[in-house]
Amino acid sequence: MSDAFQWLYSDVVKEHFTNPKNVFDPDEKFEADAEGLVGNVKCGDQMLFLIKIRDDVITDLRWKTYGCASAIASTSMLSEVVKGMGIREAYGIKPADIARRLGGLPENKIHCSVLGDKALRAAIDSWLDKRGRSGEFAGEDAVVICSCLGITDKDIEQAVKDGARSWEQLQEATKIGTVCGGCKGRAQELLHEYVHIFGD
Amino acid sequence: MQQRFVYMDYNATTPLRPEVKELMVRDLEVYANASSMHEAGRRARAGIEAARASVAALIGARDPQELYFTSGGSESNNTVFGTMYELGRGRAPSVGRYRAEGRRKVITTAIEHPCVMNAARRLADEGFPVVFLPVDGQGRVDLARLEAELDPSRSEGGPTLLVSVMAANNEIGTVEEIARIALMAKAAGALVHTDATQAVGKIPVDVHAWGVDYLTLSCHKIYGPKGVGALYARSGAPLEPLVRGGHQEQGVRAGTYNNLGILGFGLAAELARRDLPEFSARLRALRERLREGIVARIPQVRVNGHPTEVLPNTLNASFPGAEGESILLSLDMEGIEVSTGSACASGSLEPSHVLMATGVGPELAHGSIRFSLGRDTTEEEVEYVLDKLPPIIARLRRMSTVSAEIRSA
Repeated sequence: MSDAFQWLYSDVVKEHFTNPKNVFDPDEKFEADAEGLVGNVKCGDQMLFLIKIRDDVITDLRWKTYGCASAIASTSMLSEVVKGMGIREAYGIKPADIARRLGGLPENKIHCSVLGDKALRAAIDSWLDKRGRSGEFAGEDAVVICSCLGITDKDIEQAVKDGARSWEQLQEATKIGTVCGGCKGRAQELLHEYVHIFGD
Repeated sequence: MQQRFVYMDYNATTPLRPEVKELMVRDLEVYANASSMHEAGRRARAGIEAARASVAALIGARDPQELYFTSGGSESNNTVFGTMYELGRGRAPSVGRYRAEGRRKVITTAIEHPCVMNAARRLADEGFPVVFLPVDGQGRVDLARLEAELDPSRSEGGPTLLVSVMAANNEIGTVEEIARIALMAKAAGALVHTDATQAVGKIPVDVHAWGVDYLTLSCHKIYGPKGVGALYARSGAPLEPLVRGGHQEQGVRAGTYNNLGILGFGLAAELARRDLPEFSARLRALRERLREGIVARIPQVRVNGHPTEVLPNTLNASFPGAEGESILLSLDMEGIEVSTGSACASGSLEPSHVLMATGVGPELAHGSIRFSLGRDTTEEEVEYVLDKLPPIIARLRRMSTVSAEIRSA
């Protein structure tokens, strides 16, 4: 069922897994200004972020997850990093930054660590939406995947949020990979990842 | 504080029994090729033949020559499926007598070990009609469906060549009705194989009572060394070698004998046969204690598998709201070694195919833990697990998105 070599977590991961920071306590009266929920229990992980924002700064936050050790540890680390940070900067945090601070994660566990920042961004987006500032940071941290057509990971993410589930549907929505096709491998990985996070 | 070590993953593998270890250390210097004609070779060969008789006795085979030593369960299973590949293509087998007469259909189950699943998928890729029988909520094979699949007038794929059903499941421990299945398969003229890797040494296994043509067993699951196993093939049953070469194992499995492994296998088999009634009763009591304790101390637990027709050492339970890998790692930090059906522990995004086949749904499969007990498990260890597990589940559930309703301002 599981392989021992997948368990080589760093001491920092173990510490954040054992004593996660800023976990939502049901008994605590935490009044959030916005929340973001991503992932799906059926896929094995789900993440909720609750944030308080004053003057575009995250003053406090809580989170909950149904997830594995990597998901718990990376979200705990993320929550420490973004507390007191401006929302624009927090919005740009990448899973790789968190993995680095954790002293690395096993290769096959990286995908487990991407939910935290997605949930955080969803919470920030929801906060912006409520203030008529929708999409203010969108595209800032986008990475070009299909260089022929200038399609970014954000475009793929948006297509999946809008309902694309298969490669054909993604092409229908974005025209990705219809020129040289060189991006297909990476684009399909992202599609798989986003369907996992945003799909139902 | 002294770190505890409580091993509850005996279905994954078992430690060497002290007696087996002692024998293997003693015989470490026996190097003669058991196929050599000289005195040293003949002595080595005699040890192998004695081991073969012990393994035959463990599964009720009357003639030790019906046992072929292999590198383990995966090889034994692949040998059977490789044989079906040749038969289904209309070839005469290298060993035994058999005419497939157009039979190509292979029936197995949705809960087999990956080595059977993948060997069966390979046959499907080669154009063989392959059926993976569904199981019920407790992991038992749907016999009505088997009957229909065996009847060419009620199903596709023509007459059946092979029915392969595992004797007991490695993940949930459910014991299948092999004697009934074999009877039905025989009536339809099919060959019958059972992967008894998890059953052997835990429940009585008798190839004649079950009526199977082939049976797979592995040594490292019965407190013997890794890298050795056996395939039982009824005298006259068709066989095609997977490993070609010399004349070892009646031409069915080439390669210089693994003397040491086979000697260890022989002793492990002899002791497993001797200890079975006592071992099985003791393990069943420990499993019951663990099951009762978990159900009593943790709310909302689902025990997976069959309530009574289950291996005496295997307990699989799901803890909704808590994810399996997190449970496993938390137990690991307390020195408790178990396994999980969660996708997070498998490197894929798919949870256990066995639990999914029983219909428990992905959330329960992701939150499943298998406790498999063994010879060295004590009552005190079971109590230790019962002390450590409830707070772990409570902690993970408390931080879970699944368990509590959350409202933001």
